[in-house]
Amino acid sequence: MVSETNKNLGDKNEPDLRGTFASVMFVLAFIVISWFGVLGIFLSR
Amino acid sequence: MHLHKFEKIWLVFGIGSLVLFMVILGYGAFWKGTHPQSHGQIIDPNNVEAYDAFKPENLGVNKVDEKRYVINVVASAFNYDLGTDKDGNAVKTIRIPKGSNVLFQVTSPDVVHGFNIAGTNVNMMIEPGYVSKMETVLNNPGEYTIVCNEYCGVGHHLMFGTLEVYE
Amino acid sequence: MALAKAETSSTQEIGAYPIHDKSKKLYMSFMYVTFISLLIGGLMGLLQTFVRSGKLSLPWGIGYYQILTVHGVILALVMTTFFIIGFQFSLMEKSVGMSDKQRKWGWVSFWVMLIGTIITATTILLGKASVLYTFYAPLKGHPAFYIGLALVIIGSWIAAFVNWHQIAVWKKKHPGEKTPLPAFMVAINMIMWFIASLGVAVAVLVQFIPWSLGYASTINVLLSRTLFWYFGHPLVYFWLLPAYMTWYVIIPKIIGGKIFSDALARMSFVLLLFFSIPVGFHHQLTEPGIHPTWKFIQVALTMMVVIPTLMTAFSMFATFEITGRKKGGKGVFGWMKKLPWGDVRFLAPFLGMVGFIPGGAGGIINASHQLNMVVHNTIWVTGHFHLTVATVVLLTFFGVTYWLVPHLKGRKLTPQLNKLGIIQSIIWSVGMLIMSTSMHIQGLKGGPRRSEFSEYGGTAQAQEWIGYQVAQAVGGTILFVAILLMLYIFVKMAFFAPKGETEYPIAQEEPDAEPTPAWFENWKMWVGITVALILFAYSIPVFDMIQYSPPGSPPFSWPIGN
Repeated sequence: MVSETNKNLGDKNEPDLRGTFASVMFVLAFIVISWFGVLGIFLSR
Repeated sequence: MHLHKFEKIWLVFGIGSLVLFMVILGYGAFWKGTHPQSHGQIIDPNNVEAYDAFKPENLGVNKVDEKRYVINVVASAFNYDLGTDKDGNAVKTIRIPKGSNVLFQVTSPDVVHGFNIAGTNVNMMIEPGYVSKMETVLNNPGEYTIVCNEYCGVGHHLMFGTLEVYE
Repeated sequence: MALAKAETSSTQEIGAYPIHDKSKKLYMSFMYVTFISLLIGGLMGLLQTFVRSGKLSLPWGIGYYQILTVHGVILALVMTTFFIIGFQFSLMEKSVGMSDKQRKWGWVSFWVMLIGTIITATTILLGKASVLYTFYAPLKGHPAFYIGLALVIIGSWIAAFVNWHQIAVWKKKHPGEKTPLPAFMVAINMIMWFIASLGVAVAVLVQFIPWSLGYASTINVLLSRTLFWYFGHPLVYFWLLPAYMTWYVIIPKIIGGKIFSDALARMSFVLLLFFSIPVGFHHQLTEPGIHPTWKFIQVALTMMVVIPTLMTAFSMFATFEITGRKKGGKGVFGWMKKLPWGDVRFLAPFLGMVGFIPGGAGGIINASHQLNMVVHNTIWVTGHFHLTVATVVLLTFFGVTYWLVPHLKGRKLTPQLNKLGIIQSIIWSVGMLIMSTSMHIQGLKGGPRRSEFSEYGGTAQAQEWIGYQVAQAVGGTILFVAILLMLYIFVKMAFFAPKGETEYPIAQEEPDAEPTPAWFENWKMWVGITVALILFAYSIPVFDMIQYSPPGSPPFSWPIGN
């Protein structure tokens, strides 16, 4: 992680967006889990 | 137009998930035949009895074979016509043995209705001029409420029936 | 369309124009209608949850479906449209200016919309149009209901023409420059709105009005529903896009940052224009008479419209992270602590964004072809759009109100009002969490939407539903408290807060931002692709439903009590 930060800081056009990435992946996980949850209900009925 | 490295990865995962959803849905729909109800049969809403399934004597449960049933329903404001019993009373509860293959055929002579067997995947719009048709296997025993889930007027919430799936 | 320069300048100042005093009255007029609508519609919502809990019967012969019609029409169509048109006018004047003549037409749009609203509302209140806001044929409301709705739409078109004219005038004075971002976004939203509302306008003018007046004896029910949903889905994007405008160009300024990427913001708006219209079948998935392959194609197009929202989610977090890091935030999530949580102009829209996580997930589920059968017309759907429009969109609009109203009235948002706003946002979120969650669960158990209290013959299922309906009444009560608090804050800001200057917050690009490609100004291409996608998605199925149509339906007015 440290090396990644340094690499990001080295390129002025690439801001450090690790938090953003973690956040959006959390959102995606929520979407995928909900979707498969309802798919499970559909298949069980 | 510049995309951040993480945004590229994010879009790959995000779009990848959407593609995965579509593949699963497409497999179910086109290979397993689980499309949502989309029947195209048209009918004269002013004379639904001209269509065999909706003649008074054919309404309600029709046993065609061991564990194979056809259920014909006329949905009108604010009632599901499920036929009459031996004494000539309107049927409000229909009973089907567990594991049966059931074909539902429903139409409306007046306004738009819904036909949802709550707790199952049988959920269709009923529109004047069309026959809504759906085949399903009722595997889970229990008592299910048939509800009109599309607004049809002041008595909309009084439009219901009961389906019993018994062992 | 060729531009002189390959790339447009990025050093442009966004929002350079002041809002003229004469305009302030116009924009405030839109706001007054918005908040009066909020009170009326919210009260109806409260009564609905009480009736459905089984604890209240409406007095004086008022019908449940009558108040449900008021709730839907006044909140989904009137409140949203008035706020959006007013807010967009203000964004346009800030970024490209407004002439006296344009302002005059702005007033025309306001009055046409208001007269339409009054006609429609009166018809509903007299009990002559309890057809709900979707007015599905062959239920027949009084003709005045449809005529009023047509006027609201025509009024909004006048606003669209004014907005496009504002850009055209500005561009003539600034050849080769890119359209300022807020104006670009407004133009996209109004193009989408215009193309989409043509569908409902055709339904209302060609089908419903002649039929309700008796000049046509029957109506093609499926076609009318298809035209409605051709409009109905972009309608929700018409609500959402002004929230996105706020997130992309207002919020960065409020948190002390810059616009993350001008080009990406434009890109997501262009994609939203393309894919928000040819997707109406995902509201009609369980209907007869539409081939399932066409339904599936529109489901795939619906998934496409998710992509610009995925991009928006990234842009929002990135704006927050970059700004928070500049303020000294460390580690993976340290930047979150640096965000202005005590500023209601940020907090309210932020809570709206949080609501979009379950709201968006639910939306994907709704549109998922056969999965729709699990939730179609259950109260899950009601829970879904109370997250999207009544949380994501509305909390963002409240967030705008906290600075727009003081700006227009020459007053200050006092620390006390800011604090009340924070309390309001939290109460709203808690009330919605309770109401929407119980709606989602009840829906998965099959409980129907749009239904008065009923025991459905006494089944165990129906008994279980009632428990969730009581929870919805609790949530609804909390939400109504939040509405009263919001109205108090609105009145305070409009009439009683201390005089002073309030900033109209518009963010700028980074000084070293990458230039935006010039092809974004290619409006003809955007409209062309949009129309091509619509023709692709709708031509054959609509041709089929006309060619193979059953006998039409006569009007039915007795089921709605007329």
